[in-house]
Amino acid sequence: MSQPRNQMMNYIREEIMPHRFCPGCGCGTVLNVFTNAIDNLKLDPVKMVCVSGIGCSAWIPSPYFKSDTLHTTHGRPIAFATGVKVMRPDLKVVVIAGDGDVSGIGGNHLIHAARRNIDLSVFMVNNMIYGMTGGQVAPTTPTGVKTSTTPHLNIEPPFQVAELVAAAGASYVARWTTYHVFRLIKAMEEAITKQGFSFIEIVSQCPDNYGRRIGLRTGVEFLKMFKKQAIPIDKARELPEEKLEGRIIVGKLRDRERPEYTSELHRVTKEQVDKIKAEQEKIS
Amino acid sequence: MGFNEDRKRYLAGLEDKTYFMLGDEACAYGAIFAGCDFFAGYPITPASEVAERLAEELPKAGGLCIQMEDELASMAAIVGASWTGGRSMTATSGPGFSLMQENIGYAIMTETPCVLVDVQRSGPSTGQATKPAQGDMMQARWGTHGDHNIIALSPNSAQECFDMMQECFNLADTYRTPVILLMDGEIGHIRESVTMPALSSIKPAARKMAKPGEDVFGGEELVPGITHYGMGQNVHVTGSTHKANGMRDVTTPHVHEALVKRIYNKIDDNREKIIRVEKDISQNGQSKIGVIAYGATARPSLGAVRAARDDGKNIDFMRLITIWPFARKQVAEFAKNLDMILVPEMNLGQISREIERFVNCKVVSVPKIGGVPHTVEEIYDAITEVAS
Ligand SMILES: Cc1ncc(C[n+]2csc(CCOP(=O)(O)OP(=O)(O)O)c2C)c(N)n1
Ligand SMILES: [Mg+2]
Repeated sequence: MSQPRNQMMNYIREEIMPHRFCPGCGCGTVLNVFTNAIDNLKLDPVKMVCVSGIGCSAWIPSPYFKSDTLHTTHGRPIAFATGVKVMRPDLKVVVIAGDGDVSGIGGNHLIHAARRNIDLSVFMVNNMIYGMTGGQVAPTTPTGVKTSTTPHLNIEPPFQVAELVAAAGASYVARWTTYHVFRLIKAMEEAITKQGFSFIEIVSQCPDNYGRRIGLRTGVEFLKMFKKQAIPIDKARELPEEKLEGRIIVGKLRDRERPEYTSELHRVTKEQVDKIKAEQEKIS
Repeated sequence: MGFNEDRKRYLAGLEDKTYFMLGDEACAYGAIFAGCDFFAGYPITPASEVAERLAEELPKAGGLCIQMEDELASMAAIVGASWTGGRSMTATSGPGFSLMQENIGYAIMTETPCVLVDVQRSGPSTGQATKPAQGDMMQARWGTHGDHNIIALSPNSAQECFDMMQECFNLADTYRTPVILLMDGEIGHIRESVTMPALSSIKPAARKMAKPGEDVFGGEELVPGITHYGMGQNVHVTGSTHKANGMRDVTTPHVHEALVKRIYNKIDDNREKIIRVEKDISQNGQSKIGVIAYGATARPSLGAVRAARDDGKNIDFMRLITIWPFARKQVAEFAKNLDMILVPEMNLGQISREIERFVNCKVVSVPKIGGVPHTVEEIYDAITEVAS
């Protein structure tokens, strides 16, 4: 008996399936969640551009999601997306990329896009490692973890990327994990709908290149860990910092209105156009 | 976008007028006349005036002008903008040009039309930040990794800065490739009169559009038709090796070879359509000595050639307007009856070495670095030394 066709395949470039993600990888979950969010919003993918960088997570939209896609250089997807968005404010521009991509090599683009509050949705898949290149330390890797480039254990503290982006000025910031699929679908819907820079840190798993080193062999083991470590932001606010050691703060960190960059840019541009128009009408 | 009513209304106030302005400013106005829709840049001497003038004027014509956080981002943003169908550009100098290299390669590999202005200053590194140079000639050719071709033009007056912006955008759209206006700080900061053309004389090249469903990254033609975002074509743009339909294939040798060779050949095979040089041949055709120069250096070079002719010497002169692809045929022809070619440049001999590859006569580099352009006398002395 053949299985009924998954509705979400409508959003997938079916001809290139099966996908190339490792067994247990969180990228498949993120792709699934993303298609569900788009479906719930009844968004036409023709009105979307998906931009990604280089890394396993960057493969979620490129090539799997069926829309216009821009698979850019490592670290730069937000900068590329800025050019697309300002030129076509009517299109939904979504960036999906890894923690190394977005917060390491591309960290500067991230904070400046948040500061401008440009209407992009950035979904950062935080697997706490450089997955594609074979498990090197990332700016998000917890202290004390052994990776291929920290064989004597990581001495650096990890970035709290969601908090960073909230502080930089984004309109919408949330953090969820691949365990929280329904919360994540809802958050993606909110982020995509929000006018302004929206950012979701998706804590995800890389059983092959991260799990192997910390003794978690399967995706399921990761999900169980995420479930245990997750603490809702309201609860977290009541606890002293030392009690939050090893916890993943989940929920919505920011949801606020701020002037959005693209509309501001078009406003000042139109003002200049109108000025010329008025001058010319005065002459003639 | 492009030549809509807003743009025409703005340009109507400028057409046929002559203004006194910097080469950088001429470049900015030239871009607006060329239909530039989007500028992204980052301040740097001696290119800042391009950004400043565009920030002031481009919005009046309905175009968008933004300052990014760095040059990597600027180059990235203009590629993104180009895929929406707009004409996009950036402007920088050496340090910023270095930062752009990776994304220039991306634009080459994804066949994205866009224009970069590099107003060269003295390097390496921060060098003499405010002084002119011609030290990026080879970086323009080979700055980004991997096999590729590039188109680069070198203006030698403010008027040419203006005029060449149209040429750059037309070449970019015709060949679906980044095009570099390879200025030098001397020309960027020269102040000269610039005449704006009549609007009716502007003939922007249109991008060849792919038919719905047609491959955007390959096919029969050397330059495939393009499609833009939002047209319902689900176009997949990647800097990874890809098939004609845009899908990644990074393992099949012939897919990579076919892609990179086609991208290379689309410029190589069209070189005679792209290349422009200017010659000033000695009247009696008896010259044994020639001078080849470009950009700011072409001006004292021609002055020196004329002074030498006044002394009764026969000297031929050629100016390279197109730097890349290199005018190898034109240079070889110029050199045919010469014993020697002098090549003054504001570097330690980058283009002179390229010339050497294509001629049988002796090539003498007349280098000058330090931030002060060659004087007529210096080049005249170099000519007299070899001619006596
Ligand atoms: C400029 C540059 N530096 C380095 C690389 C090599 N590289 C490719 S992917 C990657 C890391 C990817 O990590 P991340 O962004 O976290 O994505 P993941 O694979 O973990 O999903 C690196 C360093 C590159 N492609 N480009
Ligand atoms: Mg990662």
